[in-house]
Amino acid sequence: MERIPILKMGPFLLVSIQVDMHDRLALTLQDDLTERIVRDRARGVLIDISALEIVDSFIGRMLGNIAGMSRVLDAETVVVGMRPAVAITLVELGMSLSGVRTALNVERAMDMLQASVTTSAVASENEPANGHRPD
Amino acid sequence: MAIVRTEKLPLQNPEDVVRVRQMVRAWAVEIGFSLVDQTKIVTAASELARNTLVHGGGGTCELERLEVDNRRGLRLRFVDQGPGIADIEQALKDGFTSGNGLGLGLGGSRRLSNEFEIRSQPGAGTVVQIARWK
Amino acid sequence: MSAAAKSTLVEVFDRHEKDLLSTWMDLQLRSASSRRDLINDAELREQSSQFLRLVREAVTRGDIDNFESPAWAPVRELLTTISQSRARQGFTPSETATFVLSLKEPVFGRLGQELRGDAGALADEVWRATVLFDSLALITTEAHQKTRERLIAEQQREMLELSTPVVQLWDGVLGLPLIGTLDSARTQVVMENLLQRIVDTGARIAVIDITGVPTVDTLVAQHLLKTVAAARLMGADCIISGIRPQIAQTIVHLGLDLTTVATKATLADAFALALQRVGLGVSRVARG
Repeated sequence: MERIPILKMGPFLLVSIQVDMHDRLALTLQDDLTERIVRDRARGVLIDISALEIVDSFIGRMLGNIAGMSRVLDAETVVVGMRPAVAITLVELGMSLSGVRTALNVERAMDMLQASVTTSAVASENEPANGHRPD
Repeated sequence: MAIVRTEKLPLQNPEDVVRVRQMVRAWAVEIGFSLVDQTKIVTAASELARNTLVHGGGGTCELERLEVDNRRGLRLRFVDQGPGIADIEQALKDGFTSGNGLGLGLGGSRRLSNEFEIRSQPGAGTVVQIARWK
Repeated sequence: MSAAAKSTLVEVFDRHEKDLLSTWMDLQLRSASSRRDLINDAELREQSSQFLRLVREAVTRGDIDNFESPAWAPVRELLTTISQSRARQGFTPSETATFVLSLKEPVFGRLGQELRGDAGALADEVWRATVLFDSLALITTEAHQKTRERLIAEQQREMLELSTPVVQLWDGVLGLPLIGTLDSARTQVVMENLLQRIVDTGARIAVIDITGVPTVDTLVAQHLLKTVAAARLMGADCIISGIRPQIAQTIVHLGLDLTTVATKATLADAFALALQRVGLGVSRVARG
């Protein structure tokens, strides 16, 4: 079965969507990513959509789902490279993707991911002995 | 108004949705739509094609290239024999849920198109027609 | 119309092409509307002889009365091409139409010679020729008009891009000072341009300044808000500055929701905020 490849880079997972995805492929990606976040104990996910010429409500939902699920699994997701025409269309479509962090390029995205990892590292250093995590 | 060219595609599986997107894109490029307009109609087509497949139990997408007074247009018609929509007004109102994408397809496609028409009745299937002009 | 008369006009084109061309060229070179300042004689001769040749082929091959028939397609295409290039060169529609209409005189002259003594046939053929030339002249006018419209649209677009440049205020901070009245079409173009520049420069913040915009209506305001939303989707933030009291009132009256957009009264304040957001500050240099 065709799958979108997921690469591991240190504590992060990288996905670059290069094909016009049909719905099944998108759902498979969602499942694969969730599994890999747990398996690799990833702290962040970078999804490169710079090759996507359209993002419709299904793909948008998929991105939102991935962001939501990864957050629950203590990883941050950043979506990179949305094209202007795609952004304009998503706004018209009515999708705000409010739970999804975005960046214009990979450098910026990595900065964001590194920053979020550092913050949680600092937070866990301050964890009290009874194991109660501050929010 | 002249229909210069027409083509009908089946919508029976998820790959068909991709095929519709690609053909609509190709026709949109040929007509000479701007990049933003291409993106809008392909996205609308994707939404409606998916609706036809997922909610309509499968159907067809017919593409028509139009010409009127030197203006060129692209019209798409999505037909299914599915359960039909009982309350069209409600279906057009965005999102039975908010902002996460569910339910945006119909209203969204209308916003993304210059022309939008829908005919649907419970038990009698659905026809959605959209058009964009250059 | 008698069969003999029907062939006279066709014959005129068929047998007397060379004569017609030379008489016609003389006429044109003497007339001011030929605009010899815009087109040189050799090119004019080339256009004229090509036109005459294609007309001859069309009348001998096809129906002289039906200009929509395929036989006339080459003539229509040639006229459209000539009109388009003349429109770009600066000819007026009348001057281009005169190019076609001036051929009437040599043709009528020739018809008069051929049909001397047959007034009825001459009248018929002159009428036939008139209809022919008038239709052909109208083709040039249509094509001319369309080309001018396209030219104007192109120039407008260029002016739009020139009049609303996106400037780099600092590393990662873009500025878009909007000047003048905004209409829906213009705003769309400007906004698409801004989004593309954001991608090109990797900017994190874009300051959209509307100090120079006298009024903002619902449509324009919606475009602005959509642009801000699109930029945010892409990963950049926008700050709108230069909101004058009148515009602030309009915004409230229109019931627009600006709560998700950062706004500042002046460009200076917006720039300061932008710097802050990208983690920069301005400090005084110690005097040495």
